[in-house]
Amino acid sequence: MSYVNSRVRKKDAMSLVTGKPVYTGDLIPQNTLVVKLLRSPHANAFIEEINTAAALKVPGVAAIFTYQDVPTSRFTTAGQTYPEASPYDRLILDKHLRCAGDPVAIIAAETEAAALKAMNLIKVKYDVREPLLDFTKAKDNPILVHPEEDFKALCPVGADNRRNLCSTDVFEVGKVEEALSTCDVVLTRTYHTKANNQAMMETFRTYSYLDEYGRLSLVSSTQVPFHVRRILSNALEIPKSQIRVVKPRIGGGFGAKQSAVSEVYPAFVTLKTGRPAAIVYTREESMTNGSPRHEMQMTVRIGANKDGVIKAIDLYALSNAGAYGDHGPTTIGLVGHKSLSLYGGVEAARFACDVVYTNTMNGGAYRGYGATQGIYAVETAVNEMAAALHMDPCAIREKNMVLEGQVMRTYYNETCNSCTLDKCMAKAKEMMNWQEKFPAKVLENGHIRSVGVAMAMQGSGISGVDIASVEIRLNDDGFYTLLVGCTDMGTGCDTILAQMAADCLDCDIDRIAVRGVDTDQSPYDTGSYASSTTYVTGMAVVKTCEKLREKILEAGAKLLDIPVEDTEFDGKRVFCPGKDKEVSLSQIGYASFEGHNRCISASESHSSPVSPPPFMVGMVEIDLDPETGKVEIVDYAAAVDCGTVINRNLATVQTEGGIVQGIGMALFENIQYDKFGRMMNNSFLQYKIPTRLDAGKIRVEFESSYEPTGPFGAKSIGELVINTPAPAITNAIYNATGLYFRELPIRPEDIALGLLHKDEN
Amino acid sequence: MQITVTINGKKYTEDVAPDLVLLDFLRAHGCYSVKRGCETSNCGLCTVHLNGKPVLSCSVLAVRADGKSVTTLEGLQKEAEEFGGFLADEGGEQCGFCSPGFIMNVLAMVRELENPSEQEIQEYLAGNLCRCTGYQSQLRAIQKYLAWKQEGTK
Amino acid sequence: MFTVQQYVKVSSLEEAYTLNQKKSSAVLGGGCWMKMGKRRIGTLIDLSGLGLDTIEETEDSFILGAMVTLRQMETDARLKTTFGSGFADMVRHIVGVQFRNCATLGGSLYSRFGFSDILTWLLALDCDVELAGAGIIPLAQYAATPYDRDVLARVIVHKTSRKAVYESFRNTETDIPVLTCAASSLNGDLRLVIGGRPMRALTVDGLALTKSMETIVEKAQSLPFGSNMRASAQYRRHLAGVLVKRAVLRLREVE
Repeated sequence: MSYVNSRVRKKDAMSLVTGKPVYTGDLIPQNTLVVKLLRSPHANAFIEEINTAAALKVPGVAAIFTYQDVPTSRFTTAGQTYPEASPYDRLILDKHLRCAGDPVAIIAAETEAAALKAMNLIKVKYDVREPLLDFTKAKDNPILVHPEEDFKALCPVGADNRRNLCSTDVFEVGKVEEALSTCDVVLTRTYHTKANNQAMMETFRTYSYLDEYGRLSLVSSTQVPFHVRRILSNALEIPKSQIRVVKPRIGGGFGAKQSAVSEVYPAFVTLKTGRPAAIVYTREESMTNGSPRHEMQMTVRIGANKDGVIKAIDLYALSNAGAYGDHGPTTIGLVGHKSLSLYGGVEAARFACDVVYTNTMNGGAYRGYGATQGIYAVETAVNEMAAALHMDPCAIREKNMVLEGQVMRTYYNETCNSCTLDKCMAKAKEMMNWQEKFPAKVLENGHIRSVGVAMAMQGSGISGVDIASVEIRLNDDGFYTLLVGCTDMGTGCDTILAQMAADCLDCDIDRIAVRGVDTDQSPYDTGSYASSTTYVTGMAVVKTCEKLREKILEAGAKLLDIPVEDTEFDGKRVFCPGKDKEVSLSQIGYASFEGHNRCISASESHSSPVSPPPFMVGMVEIDLDPETGKVEIVDYAAAVDCGTVINRNLATVQTEGGIVQGIGMALFENIQYDKFGRMMNNSFLQYKIPTRLDAGKIRVEFESSYEPTGPFGAKSIGELVINTPAPAITNAIYNATGLYFRELPIRPEDIALGLLHKDEN
Repeated sequence: MQITVTINGKKYTEDVAPDLVLLDFLRAHGCYSVKRGCETSNCGLCTVHLNGKPVLSCSVLAVRADGKSVTTLEGLQKEAEEFGGFLADEGGEQCGFCSPGFIMNVLAMVRELENPSEQEIQEYLAGNLCRCTGYQSQLRAIQKYLAWKQEGTK
Repeated sequence: MFTVQQYVKVSSLEEAYTLNQKKSSAVLGGGCWMKMGKRRIGTLIDLSGLGLDTIEETEDSFILGAMVTLRQMETDARLKTTFGSGFADMVRHIVGVQFRNCATLGGSLYSRFGFSDILTWLLALDCDVELAGAGIIPLAQYAATPYDRDVLARVIVHKTSRKAVYESFRNTETDIPVLTCAASSLNGDLRLVIGGRPMRALTVDGLALTKSMETIVEKAQSLPFGSNMRASAQYRRHLAGVLVKRAVLRLREVE
């Protein structure tokens, strides 16, 4: 093996750093209609009248569509395997507007200026209703977000639109109440996380056209091209056979683009007008009507004995789906499964949840996908328990953490086949010099230096659901084409999969050409989400390479005219050991393109019955100014078990990037609505993601286990890494101040005023 | 209104709308490296050099560039490849959408500051947002690039 | 984004003043803030042909043109020699270098935003502004006037023996400030300027630098403070105490 576990440059790196036009917005053809959406100023309203006559007269306006013009089949924009767990609860345009920014009309014009001018001339009379904005009061509230009769849930997720319920669930292992009643200490704590925006640098964007066969073709910045094909088919009421989706380079996704946020609008325009159409979301639209993390309120009841043995955890989570149920029923599951399972030895655990509709922006998939919220709550509760027991928060974890070989009862009874969480803890302590730094010390300038800790896990793909197929072709001259259906969104999966293929085929990575996704040409893949690509698609690559090697051997043996059992393949040639007989791969390639031979290609698909968790420990050192309440990240130590590291650079950068997003969630990113339900933090001016001055120093080390079901022993990494900052920083702030803050973000104001009140008491 | 602007060494004389921003003018002239990431002058994706200084092309009107010289990454391909190579070797480009603006500002910094300290680097580049990398790999790339440049000038 | 009917690069201040008398007219600064609005501008007036982009030093003052960028003030060695690090401190947290290469002194001062670092700092110095119509008036007077149709041409910063320091607090490093605070002293008299309350900056004069910190802090905290999405009035009042204390301690050191 030569490429796996090394630092390979991304295959597309040089075209990206030299600014080549490779993104959706760079590829829009001339004379494409500009699509803009008139959006609702109200969070809950019905359109009484809508008049587009004046707007249509604006020179350059090609078409304007309202709810009267669109198909009436409800669908979901969540990119998930069919049948989707997310309810079919939306229309392209609806008479009922369920959140501020819901689209009222689609405007298509020759220029942006014309479209904007027309937008101002559309006259709408709204029947404005009281919005339901408080998600803690949503269940059984008389204000119904989805009063419609044709609301439809394809899966039994407990959806009930008459109760504002998007889904509901409960599971229990052991007997929680019984176990809690025997504990020395029981804590009950409630935590609140906000709807963080992915804030990928490239906003949502799509263009569409009718191709030379008259089929609807889309080029879109999406993580889920194949799901988009189905979503469009549902929304537009046209057969899937009439739709093609192409994914160029993507300017970041982080889950945002696991929903078809922008695709339906230009597609509808193209279908109606026959003309190419493009929509490029503004940053404001991406902020107000994207697909952010679900806001949640979580109550943890945790019980432990004085010796620090955690006996039971009871977790209830309330999730705000917002106006539509995209990813609502599925994100919530991870809140429980991926937090409780960190603690392998508990006697009993329970998870119950409700996902409710409100008149705020709908949620979606954001890196971590519920695990982030659940881990924040449970890890903070464990830290609070450690404090209550006067224990080092590392020590309580060392006593209770999940270990390799354990059956994870709260994780579908999967056996934990690869886990170095214990080693990660030891490594992180060493990196941070925890023993010396815990809990805090006061500096000469009055600032407090303190440390905090948290553990995390995630999955690797969705067990029994995700499926990836790969095709590899041998070409003349002996180079390969690797066709994949997973979506590189900057993460580097095209390169990672080529690394694996190069090692499997014993060749130089430059001999493998990778092609990204075109639903007409790429093999099927559910898409890049749920931390699936390295693990699931990677395994498909391994399997495909095995098959391809067999075929190469067969072809070589035939050319050499010897039995295939006597041949070997070393990547460059097929030969017969000990004999002077060989044929080069190049010759095999050329021969395969000759009439009397066969073209050589292999295609395998892979699906995993398990979703082995990657693990990590995150430790933060902060500098806290008790007068202003400002927290600065001094140092962040991450020890990660993602199984075998495929690309050390990319895994490191994934970790660093995930941690900084987590820092933003913990300290800055604070979606706020006004009393009408309009988002106030709708720009980068108001929604502050970390700059490099806010990020601090981050150090990453790998403590690799070997996952037997993964390619080369690999598990996932992409999502895991966002999960530790919120609980670790919360813990560090406690260690500095003696105060637990249970709502994110923890603002300087909360800390400064908290300390002031603490002094007063 | 008619303006004459030099883009990457080539002179263009054209009529432009008075409210056209330089960003859109540049993209209309094939400079697709120049990206828009926000509407509030916060992200740095649209950074270009105007008479040698890094500016936000989303905030400068095209009419203001009249008589001036604009450089985009298309005009600095050699430097882009040099520094970009260091970035690529760290995996620090990731999605790459912020890379052109970021690299333009790095190149401006290298011209403006001599031997910048880590703090100076971070402050100079604070206006370049990146959501993928967490910035660490970018810093490593810059430091290696600066060391390489120093080596070259010795 | 705003729209513009007509763009005029004026050849004199008088021309700018005349054009700006129309309500639909606007003077273009750096464009960074203006572009966030959706104003429909009839005539956009550009002063960039008037040579107002320089910082000139005379015997008794610095004359800063309205088109001087924030970055120019940040990096000007003469300003640093005369006023310490304040000119750099006031702008270093404003978005980034590229933003500061665009945004202008004139645009910043004209806007008189409550959160303006620039206004806060300059109010602590001895400044006049030169307007195309009204002529030279004290900055404090300009700061207190509502928006009118005059055109800001220059800022004159007088050289006195005044010492000044600048402090601000932001939730993130390059965010709009939660609170700004400049403190200066001339002949033992302390001046405090507090901005980002979040309303426009206010000046407190008439305290001696030697007054007890308690009194000084109390005075600062007695100003009116308000709440917005960045912070509450209560926190701002608390922060005013913190920043004023820090500024005064620094000031006592340099005095």
